[in-house]
Amino acid sequence: MNKILLVIKREYITRVKKKSFIVMTILAPILLAGLILVPAWIMSREDSTEKKIAVVGEGAGLFYGDIPSTKSLKFEYLPEVSSEKIKESYEEMGYYGFLLISPKVVYIPNAVQFYSSKQPNLEMLMYISNALEKEIEKRKLESYNIKDLDKIMKEIESTVKVQTILISEEGEEKKTSTGLSMGIAYVSGLLIYILTFMFGAQVMRGVIEEKTNRIVEVLISSVKPFQLMMGKILGIAMVGLTQFFLWIVLTLIIVGYAQSAFLPDDIQIPNNQITQSIMSVEQNPGEEAVQNAVTIPELNEFQAVLESAKAINWPLILGSFIIYFLGGYLLYAALFAAVGSAVDNETDTQQFMMPITIPLLLGLFVSMAAFQNPDSSLVFWFSLIPFTSPMVMMARLPFGVPPLELIVSMALLILTFIGTTWMAAKIYRTGILMYGKKPSYKELFKWLRYKNY
Amino acid sequence: MAFFEANKIVKNFSNHLALDEVSMSIPKGSIYGLLGPNGAGKTTLIRIINQITAPDSGELKYKGKALKAEDMYSIGYLPEERGLYKKMKVGEQALYLAQLKGLKKKDASERLNKWFKKFEIDAWWDKKVEELSKGMQQKIQFIVTVVHEPKFLIFDEPFSGFDPINTNLLKQEILKLQKKGATIIFSTHDMASVEELCDHISLINDSRTILQGPVDEVRKQYDSNRYEIKFAGEANLLTASLTHSYRIIENQAVNGHTKLIIELMKGTETNDVLSILLQAGKVISFNKVVPSMNDIFIRAVEEANTKNKKK
Repeated sequence: MNKILLVIKREYITRVKKKSFIVMTILAPILLAGLILVPAWIMSREDSTEKKIAVVGEGAGLFYGDIPSTKSLKFEYLPEVSSEKIKESYEEMGYYGFLLISPKVVYIPNAVQFYSSKQPNLEMLMYISNALEKEIEKRKLESYNIKDLDKIMKEIESTVKVQTILISEEGEEKKTSTGLSMGIAYVSGLLIYILTFMFGAQVMRGVIEEKTNRIVEVLISSVKPFQLMMGKILGIAMVGLTQFFLWIVLTLIIVGYAQSAFLPDDIQIPNNQITQSIMSVEQNPGEEAVQNAVTIPELNEFQAVLESAKAINWPLILGSFIIYFLGGYLLYAALFAAVGSAVDNETDTQQFMMPITIPLLLGLFVSMAAFQNPDSSLVFWFSLIPFTSPMVMMARLPFGVPPLELIVSMALLILTFIGTTWMAAKIYRTGILMYGKKPSYKELFKWLRYKNY
Repeated sequence: MAFFEANKIVKNFSNHLALDEVSMSIPKGSIYGLLGPNGAGKTTLIRIINQITAPDSGELKYKGKALKAEDMYSIGYLPEERGLYKKMKVGEQALYLAQLKGLKKKDASERLNKWFKKFEIDAWWDKKVEELSKGMQQKIQFIVTVVHEPKFLIFDEPFSGFDPINTNLLKQEILKLQKKGATIIFSTHDMASVEELCDHISLINDSRTILQGPVDEVRKQYDSNRYEIKFAGEANLLTASLTHSYRIIENQAVNGHTKLIIELMKGTETNDVLSILLQAGKVISFNKVVPSMNDIFIRAVEEANTKNKKK
C-alpha cells in the first residue's frame, strides 16, 4: 500500500509542478471571471456616461416633456430651433444627437428621425419609440372623451411574469428559475465530459510515456502493475480535483475583488432585500407566493435568478458532481490506461479510442437533450447506464431526481468502475511489456485471459 | 541448497516456443552468467525469474521455497532496455525509485549521495534526465539498481553503452557487491567479462540449455588437448614425423620462426612431442591452449545448430 502512495505522490507532484498546470490554473479563472465581469463592466460604463439629446422641430412643442429623461439619457426640448440650424451646431452644444419629430407622426409611423454622428444603440431607439407610442395611444384614446380615462388607464396597466414554483413531496414550495436549472445542467454535463476526456487522456499519455521510456520494466520489478496503474489514475484524479478546487476559489476571489474595485456601488446586489425575501420564503412558504407577487414585483431579473439560485440544493449538486466526476473519470481512466498500454505511441491509439469516445459523446449528446426534456425515458435510461450516467444524471439533477434513482445510478457506476478497472489491469500488465507489433482487438481479448502474476 | 532454482521452465508465445524445459540452479554468493546468441530466450528467462511474466509450466524456487511475487520486489534488476523519466530531475527520480524499493527517504538520499560522488555525477543531481548523455544515464540506472543493497541482482547486458574505463569501474563494483554477499545473475554477449566475473554459466541457444556448470568445469569439458609451439628449425621434419601421435591444426611462419598449434592424440604425452621438437630445432615456447569462453561459446552453439539441422 505504501508503494501505491509513492506512485500517487510522484504522479501528483510532477504534474502540479508543470508550467502548463500552473498556467491553466491561473488562466482559466481569469477567463471565466472575465466572462462574468466584462458584460457587467460594459453595462456600468454605459450607465455612467450621460447622453444629451435635443428634441427639435414642430413636434418638440407637441410632445413637450413626453419622453422622460433617464439616468443615461437626457432629453431637452427646443421647439423654437429649426432642424437646419441645429444640424450645424448640435455637437458644439454638447448634444449626442437630435430628434426631429413631425406632427404627422400620429398618422405616419416613420415621421420621426434621429440624427447623430454615431450609430445610436437599439436600446435607446426602443425607449424613444415606446415613449412616443404610449403617448400617441393615450392621446388617441383621449379623443374619444371617455370619462375617468386616467383612472381606467392606471387600472388596466399590467405586466405579466410567470414565476415557477416547485412543490416538493412534503408540500414545501420553492421558487425556481428554469433558465438557471438549464444553465447548471448544461455546464455540469459539459464539464464532466471535458474533464473526463482531458484527465483520461493524461493517464493514457502517462502510460505511453513510461512504456516508450522503457522505465516500466524497472518499475514493474518494484511494484505490482495494478499498483502502478491505480497510482497513476488516482494521482491524476487528485490533480484534477486540485485544479477544479483552485478554479472555483480563484474565480470567486477575482470576481469578488473586481466587483468591489471596478463596479459602482449601485450595481451591486442589494443583499438585504434578497435575504429578507428569502427569509419570508422560509417563514411562511404557503402564503409567500401570493404575497411576493404583490410586494416585490419589481425585483429585477438578476435578483430573481439570484433568489432562485438560493433555492437550488447546492450541496447535493456539488456533492453529486464530485461523485460523478470521480466515478466517470475512474471508469474511463482505466480504459484509457489499457489503451495506452497496448500501443507504442500516441498515433496508434486511434483504433482503440473508438469504444471510449462513442459512449462519452453519446453521454454528452443525451445530456444536452436532458435539459430540454429531463423526464423522457431516453434520458432516464442513459442516466442509469454507467458509461453515460455521469453526464446525463448531472444534467437531470437540477430539475429534481428521485433519491432512489440517484442511488441506483451511483451504485451502478461504482460497480462498473470496479469492473473496467479489473479488466483494464489485465490488459495493462500484458500490454506494458509488449513492444513492436500493434495488437488487434482479438489479441487484447486474449490478454484478458492470460495467466499472469 | 541453491539460492535460486528454476526447474523445467516452458514458455510459449503465440507463435513460437521461447523456452523449452530450461533449468538452472544458482549457488548463493555466485555470479551466474547467462549466455546465448540474440533471440535465444535470455531476456524471457530473466523476466520469468523476476516475475514480470509467468511461465506456462515449470517451477521456481527462491531460498528453497516456491517463489512468491513479493520476493522479487526487493531485488535489483537492470533491464536490457534502459529507461528513466526524461522530464524528471535526476535526483528526484533516483530518490523515487529507491523509495519504491523500500528505502526510507533520508536513508535513500544519503546512499545516493555516496554513489553519485563515487561515479562523479553529483553535479547532475538537479538536471533533467534528457539533458544527460547516454553513458551518464546508464550510470544512474546502475546506481538505482543497487542502491538498496539487494541480496539478489539481475543485470541484463550491464556493459552495453559503456566505455572501457566505465566498464572497468562497473566490473569492480559488481565484484564488490559479490564480496558483500550478493548473488548475481548477469546476461551478456561480452565473453571477456564472463571470464573475469562469472563462477557459473548457462548457455542457452534456441530456447534450450546447451551448456551449463561452473566455469572451470565447462573449460575442462572443452579442453581440446591443444598446444601452441614456437620454434626455430626444420618445420618440415616435424610435420612429417609422428603424425599418428598428434594432429597439426595450424602452421605459420612468423618472424623467422614457426608457430604451430597441435592437438595431441589419446595416449600421447607432451614429453613425446618435446623430444621430437628438440631434435628438429630450437624451442622458443611451448604452451597449453586454454579454450577461451569465446571459443566455447561459438563451438557449443555451432554444434547445437548442426545437431538441430540433422534432426
